[in-house]
Amino acid sequence: MQDRPTARELLEAVRLFIEHDVVPALDGPARFHARVAANVLAIVGRELHDEESTLVAEWTRLATVLGRPGGAPPDRLAALRAAVAELTEELCARIRRGDADASPFREAVRAAVTASVAEKLAVANPRFAAP
Amino acid sequence: MAALAEQLAAWIVRATSEAGARVASLRPLAGGASRESWAFDLVRADGRVQHLVLRRDPAGRTLQGSRREEFLILRAAAAAGVPVPAVHWCEEDATILGSPFFVMDFVAGETLARRLLRDAEYAPARTALPEQLADALVRIHQMDPHDPALAFLAAPAAGTSPAAAELSRWEDIYRAATPDPHPAIELALRWLAPRVPAAPPDRRVVHGDFRIGNVIFGTEGLRAVLDWELTRIGDPMEDLGWLCVRAWRFGAPAPVGGLCERERLFAAYERAGGVHVDAAAVRWWEVLGNFKWATICIMQARSVLDGAVKSLELASLGRRVAEMEIELMALTEE
Repeated sequence: MQDRPTARELLEAVRLFIEHDVVPALDGPARFHARVAANVLAIVGRELHDEESTLVAEWTRLATVLGRPGGAPPDRLAALRAAVAELTEELCARIRRGDADASPFREAVRAAVTASVAEKLAVANPRFAAP
Repeated sequence: MAALAEQLAAWIVRATSEAGARVASLRPLAGGASRESWAFDLVRADGRVQHLVLRRDPAGRTLQGSRREEFLILRAAAAAGVPVPAVHWCEEDATILGSPFFVMDFVAGETLARRLLRDAEYAPARTALPEQLADALVRIHQMDPHDPALAFLAAPAAGTSPAAAELSRWEDIYRAATPDPHPAIELALRWLAPRVPAAPPDRRVVHGDFRIGNVIFGTEGLRAVLDWELTRIGDPMEDLGWLCVRAWRFGAPAPVGGLCERERLFAAYERAGGVHVDAAAVRWWEVLGNFKWATICIMQARSVLDGAVKSLELASLGRRVAEMEIELMALTEE
């Protein structure tokens, strides 16, 4: 167990340093790239905030839509990430086969996919409004 | 930078056979994720000053389209009445400045979309641009697709639909590039495939990257169309669809570059002498455009993951894919 500040708190300190001290001291392309750096740190901070619970929700949605109810998601984070990636690959293969072209599977797939994309956006760009 | 200025000055002296020319105020221009632009002043021996731009590939990287091709396209576009920077010299020998380059006029003005869409001083430009962009597109689409100077332009095989060719090309690029599965993109591909627009009656020169961000504007409106490296022969509806892609609204609500409704662009395009606008085809190209931009973001991030380039900006594009995915889900709902 590491001492405070936590990883997220350290990231936030670096982000504020870039935003308040580095960006104003630069101009031209370097200023732009410093802004990009601050934004990337904000993304990482949001991802660290609740990656595990988001992945559990995604695993549960994918398992349900792919017809595998009743299981439990892996406990370890690395295994959970791998399991979500594998289920997502399987869903992609079924979409490519045309399984999601027609109702009712189409609606179920679209709802699950939209939810996962919304979760990615909440980390990558929370200000991006859904159309 | 001093070395670059000296090498450039020496090259211009050789190219123009004019002794005593000097390069001053060489400075990098902001923007352009994948290609370098430098502004400089050419001070001639007699004291005349020309404001110019050097465009070159980053050292050691050769990207889509050679500098000579972009140079020839710009020259043909100027002849067709498209507002573009006048081009002067082109050099393909990578040993001169480290990569191929060409020199064109510096067009004063702004390229930042956020300024255009938000700053009060650009209100007249916001009013004028929809018709000006439509007019520029019509002139591009009226360029001679059989011009021998443009024989290098890529074109779909005879008898095939440009839309089918582009869909197949970008699907291949996507499959080769993506490190992750994207169900939203798979769903979009299932939507696109059965709806491919038929080949248009006439193939045209297509700009390929015509959008806010790739034009120079002043407070009064359009000054120059830039970024011709994706130009080829195809379906003119493609350029209209690309201009409607959400990424080029930069957060503003109006569908055409954050400036206006689609109907206004289409009416202006037809009034300026363009071909009949097939709104369903434009919509298809808009969906393809979102898929293309997602794929380009994936490719750019991938180039960093593979160690080919070091760029925080390109790496961060990998996390923008979700924006196009949510848009694709909405566009393909019916």
